Amino acid sequence: MSERRIKVVLAKPGLDGHDQGAKVVVRALMDAGMEVIYTGLRQTPEAVARIALDEDVDVIALSSMAASHLPFCERLKPLLEQAGLGDKLWVIGGNLPKQDHARLRELGFKGIFPSSSKLDDIVQFIRENVQ
Amino acid sequence: MNDRLQSSVRPVVNESGIEIKPVYTARDVAESGGDGFIGMPGEYPFVRGIHPLMYRHRPYTMRQYTGFGNPRDTNERFKYLIANGQTGLNVAFDLPTQIGIDSDDPLAVGEVGRVGMAVDSLRDFEIAFEGIDLDKITVSLTINGAAPQLIAMYLALAEKRGYDVKKLRGTAQNDILKEFVGRGTWIYPVKPSVKLVGDTIEYCAQVAPKYSPLSVCGYHIRESGANPVQEMAYGFCIAKAYADEVLARGLPIDEFAGRLSFKFNVFGNLFDQVCKFRAARGLWAKIMKEQYGAKDPGSMWLRMIAGGGGGGLTYEQPEVNIVRGAYYALTAALAGCQTTALCCYDEAYTIPTEYAQRISLRTMQLLIEEMGLADTVDPLAGSYYVETLTNQMRQDMERIMAEVDAQGGIVKLVAAGEIQAKVSAQAYAMQRNVEAGRFRKVGVNCYQVDETEEREVAFHPYREEDTRMQIESLNRVRGERDGTRVKEALGRLRADAAAERNVMPAIMDAVKAYATVGEITNELVAVYGRYREPIKF
Repeated sequence: MSERRIKVVLAKPGLDGHDQGAKVVVRALMDAGMEVIYTGLRQTPEAVARIALDEDVDVIALSSMAASHLPFCERLKPLLEQAGLGDKLWVIGGNLPKQDHARLRELGFKGIFPSSSKLDDIVQFIRENVQ
Repeated sequence: MNDRLQSSVRPVVNESGIEIKPVYTARDVAESGGDGFIGMPGEYPFVRGIHPLMYRHRPYTMRQYTGFGNPRDTNERFKYLIANGQTGLNVAFDLPTQIGIDSDDPLAVGEVGRVGMAVDSLRDFEIAFEGIDLDKITVSLTINGAAPQLIAMYLALAEKRGYDVKKLRGTAQNDILKEFVGRGTWIYPVKPSVKLVGDTIEYCAQVAPKYSPLSVCGYHIRESGANPVQEMAYGFCIAKAYADEVLARGLPIDEFAGRLSFKFNVFGNLFDQVCKFRAARGLWAKIMKEQYGAKDPGSMWLRMIAGGGGGGLTYEQPEVNIVRGAYYALTAALAGCQTTALCCYDEAYTIPTEYAQRISLRTMQLLIEEMGLADTVDPLAGSYYVETLTNQMRQDMERIMAEVDAQGGIVKLVAAGEIQAKVSAQAYAMQRNVEAGRFRKVGVNCYQVDETEEREVAFHPYREEDTRMQIESLNRVRGERDGTRVKEALGRLRADAAAERNVMPAIMDAVKAYATVGEITNELVAVYGRYREPIKF
């Protein structure tokens, strides 16, 4: 029996335009055999929840470099829950100061990958934690 | 050195793909094209510098990228930096301003004043530059998508404060094509975006001829994954696209090319970087002279800010970034750039604190005051290695530019997402090389310390009340201004945009009537539409 391909939506939340890291992670996940939907820039919380639902993904991944991750995730959490996506794997990467990690965990982000995280660690984490 | 000895050493290939020998001689210079394209500083082809005496006449301008919160906060930081010897300003705007929306727009929630200063109307410029003499301190606006509005605000501010706009100096980044490649503060589709850049250049050439309405950026293309020769080659292709846009309106090259400027990146191998800038100076002069028929030497000058270099700094062992920054500043000084700005050691974590900004400023001052970097022009000239590599890099840049032209030109390639896909593939390959230890990065894949030993950096605080204050101020402006005047100006703007006239005169009127950044964007979006990002891997 072949394993189902892991499906990931990788979104750039808010107005941040720094997408180098996000695109690098997209390539790493694709190289690892995952199916990745990259949203491009300027996604609202509503758009992220809608794409995740429509595409029936296993993983909801955000890449934030411009420091608005907390207000964004606070708005995203109820939308994902309302859409019945509370049991999916939520991960976030980017410029995420240590003092924000606890709050991100409370908001449901199981994987937190600050700048300097290794690609293979991200891939492995997703493989091990997808339901 | 004999061949057997040479072949026994480890191979070195620089980031631009050029093989580096252990020893260079006069023969290498001759074989790479000779020394015929070097010349004297201040003379064509300007490889050694655009001015005869360079820093001996005037040291590089120091211009740290600064801005946060509301205009009042930023004004205080400007004054702090000026009091500490900074000689120019480089203004950072928040993301709502950069993508042309107002602080009370639903999309701005959580982003107001976050990564730069919030600007909604001319009132904000009045506050931000209060008490700063615009004749003494030149101001660079790091703004692209919303550049027409902010250039208009700056000119309107200067006029209001009684400066002669004909003599006003300053710079706006205004390089929208690179925003599609990296950085991402685009608003309209590619074609009207390039048209707007043309409008600003044409308008400034007529109204504010000393003002630099464009700073073409290889910087962000490099940050997105380009190697050093691609950084310059793509930057020059983009600069040519704007020049072509303005020439098509009938303006002669020498009436605007002298006000074009550039922004490039400094990180990586020191010699690679110095030669990159020397090569590029010669190449730009050659392009302007031979391809565009420029006669005025000023049109051939590669005037540049060289910034070091976010992409080179590390999250690991942040204080080591202070040392990296010092080498980047040294590189920029050896390369003869006009202006320097350094990324601060804490930028992998946060927007820089006042303390971090001052360290960067002191780094640049120290090179001038203690290390002799401002004493002699182009001190590396004549080195067999440096002259060989300069020749090789110039030839590689020309080859890449020819490839872009053969593929249909830079505007087409950017609109199709081709350049983005190419540099992003390179960024991925580089990340893999770093993680595998093939490309060495101190503190990242060698000489690491235990995570518990990593020092925490101090954080620049984000104040939630800044958003509230900014929106209150915006509402006050909306309440106090002459609504009829605003409406008329915006109506004229839409009509001018629809008729493909230069929109700058109408934007000037709108800005002077305190129309907001977002209101002006909306009129242009109504005519031009919005950009849709091509997703290509």
